[in-house]
Amino acid sequence: MWAIISILVENKTGVLFKITNLFRARNFNIDSISVGVTENPDYSRMTITTNTDEKQIAQIVKQLDKMIDTVDVKQLDEHKTVYRELCLFMIKLSNANDSMELNKIANAYGGKVHDVQKKSLMIELTATPHQIQAFEELIKPFGIIDVARTGVAALQRSGS
Amino acid sequence: MAIDLIDKMETMTGAKALMTAMEKEGVKQVFGIPGGANLPMYDEFARCNIRHILARHEQSAAHMADGFGRVSRKPGVCFATSGPGATNILTGLATAQADSSPMVAVTGQVPVAMIGKDAFQESDIIGMSNPVVKYAFQPRKANEVPEAVRKGFYIARTGRPGPVLIDIPKDVQQNEAEMEFPDEFKIQGYHPWTDPDIVACERAVDMLLNSERPIILAGGGTIISSAFAELQSIAETLMLPVVTTFKGKGAFPENHPLSLGPIGMHGHAEANKMMTEADCVLAIGTRFSDRSIGTFEAFEKRLKIIHMDIDPAEIGKNQTAQIAVIGDVKASLRIMIKLLLQRSIKKTEESTWIKHVKETKAYWKENLKIHSGEMGAAKILRKLRELLPIESIITTEVGQHQMWASLFYDVIQPGTFFSSTGLGTMGWGFPASIGAKVARPDVPVVDIAGDGSFSMTENSLATAVLEDIPVIVFILNNFSLGMVAQWQRTFYDKRMIGVDQQHCPDYVKLAESYGAQGIRAQSMDELDKAIKTALSSDVATVIDIPIDPLEDVLPFVAPGTSLADMVLPS
Repeated sequence: MWAIISILVENKTGVLFKITNLFRARNFNIDSISVGVTENPDYSRMTITTNTDEKQIAQIVKQLDKMIDTVDVKQLDEHKTVYRELCLFMIKLSNANDSMELNKIANAYGGKVHDVQKKSLMIELTATPHQIQAFEELIKPFGIIDVARTGVAALQRSGS
Repeated sequence: MAIDLIDKMETMTGAKALMTAMEKEGVKQVFGIPGGANLPMYDEFARCNIRHILARHEQSAAHMADGFGRVSRKPGVCFATSGPGATNILTGLATAQADSSPMVAVTGQVPVAMIGKDAFQESDIIGMSNPVVKYAFQPRKANEVPEAVRKGFYIARTGRPGPVLIDIPKDVQQNEAEMEFPDEFKIQGYHPWTDPDIVACERAVDMLLNSERPIILAGGGTIISSAFAELQSIAETLMLPVVTTFKGKGAFPENHPLSLGPIGMHGHAEANKMMTEADCVLAIGTRFSDRSIGTFEAFEKRLKIIHMDIDPAEIGKNQTAQIAVIGDVKASLRIMIKLLLQRSIKKTEESTWIKHVKETKAYWKENLKIHSGEMGAAKILRKLRELLPIESIITTEVGQHQMWASLFYDVIQPGTFFSSTGLGTMGWGFPASIGAKVARPDVPVVDIAGDGSFSMTENSLATAVLEDIPVIVFILNNFSLGMVAQWQRTFYDKRMIGVDQQHCPDYVKLAESYGAQGIRAQSMDELDKAIKTALSSDVATVIDIPIDPLEDVLPFVAPGTSLADMVLPS
């Protein structure tokens, strides 16, 4: 089961280390992690996605909650949450048509084309991990040179 | 953090602030070893009312603080210098963490500007200790020291207790600053107390009343919470048999008719038997460790579980509970007792179940085979029990003697038995007994030891003698790493590798060389005399008791099997 866990932590040295160390020591898996300071500079928000069974997700939430540096920990319901990941793809251009084709695909996914060179171009895409995966399948045949992903950022909708 | 009340400001060094803040916490002594990076704080011993107790290895200093903390229920304090001093306390921190023992370790660190430069005696103790501490502080400015101490002691002793590390760079100890000593403070992400869950308590009572074969499993949390009277009250009111984990040994008087003793890998036969026959367990302050319950799947399949614990993360970690009662077990048990009183429930007639329990207990008391020789472990430990006052405090080392103590030494006064049960740290018992004796100088303190485990921290004899802390070390000496030898005999076709300690050292001469008393006891008569001599001496005493190196600890539940697969002595 895929889960998004949102953790509000005190914005201090070493907290990211302690969180990731907890995952390592307890044999939990991290699919992606993103960290950034909140509107209040005393806090950072970490968003961790993980893929494991329900029982272990409950344990992850409890173990994180037990940590003294965490202020609030919750598993987000993905149906009531806006969650996005930013991804940069460097893609090979081999044929004359490639650039046009890739522009079409990028447009279909709401992506942005950057840094168009003779032999490569870069696409920036902000989407759900699922959409990013679908996009990646489409561009794979062109030849992916490099990928950088930010990890998921997520916030629950205020109406839920 | 909101500071509501502030004492008047004072200018002083970080080192002075450390000692002042510790005095405010009621610290009376520190176990430790000085070195380059903690000299400023050591210099303050000359100007404060805190006693320094010199250890001979930082690991032992940590175990002394741990032993003090378990017995007094106040954080024990140890000091170590940076680098190797700090890495030497890691085992002590891990031991305290595994057994939820309140402790504050203060380490020196290289000056702030040198951190990260691979300086002499620099170790990243904050990084290294992370998985084995409840929390760690590294004040980077002198005026941050008082708050770190205040919060550190608070975190160490509240909720589920544990070790806290305060790592103080040398310049932070030396620098002067305006100091505030906060009385009140808040740690936003730390909620050690939850109000007892009355609804869950009510459901727990109903489940116990509706079960045919209910049993109580008391864990270490019962002892930490000192819920002795509450445990006894609920057991007697509902006429429930009581088993304990090894850590919970002595939470319930072991001479009580309802007591069956510890379950587990080397649990009592009657305890393991009844645990596997029960249909409902009231589990109090236990994490359901593998050593206690065997394979997780087999255990939870057999019965309904009511799990009481102060740590919500323990619920559902190893076992799935039908009812979870989160909170301090003492407070929760009180609510359950009140509910029973309100409903005027008091069992007076023995159920078929409790009759069966008592018969089983009587059978195994008669029929458990023990070593036939004069100096078998059971006889030795029963002799010790016979001669020790009930208020005596026991610590143990780790190994066969520890399991024999669990099997054959009955704890009568609750909360007088302590052991490294979670981490299983060899060498823990002796320094811990020194800490225990400092906490309770008025009662005899005995370290039930094996030769292998004792030899790991035997140089603490210097501390016991020079600091006038007369503990008794009671060595069941089988001249080997006995538990490992037993496993090699059992699982490795008797290929004995690396277990033979031979007659080295001579523990009587060793004790004497430190200025302690050394007595060898080779018969029951000699043992009787030795124990009496030790009890009436005002110097630390080592009693060396040679035993049969081939004696096994039985019963035995092999690792990876269930309690039902217990192997009995034949």
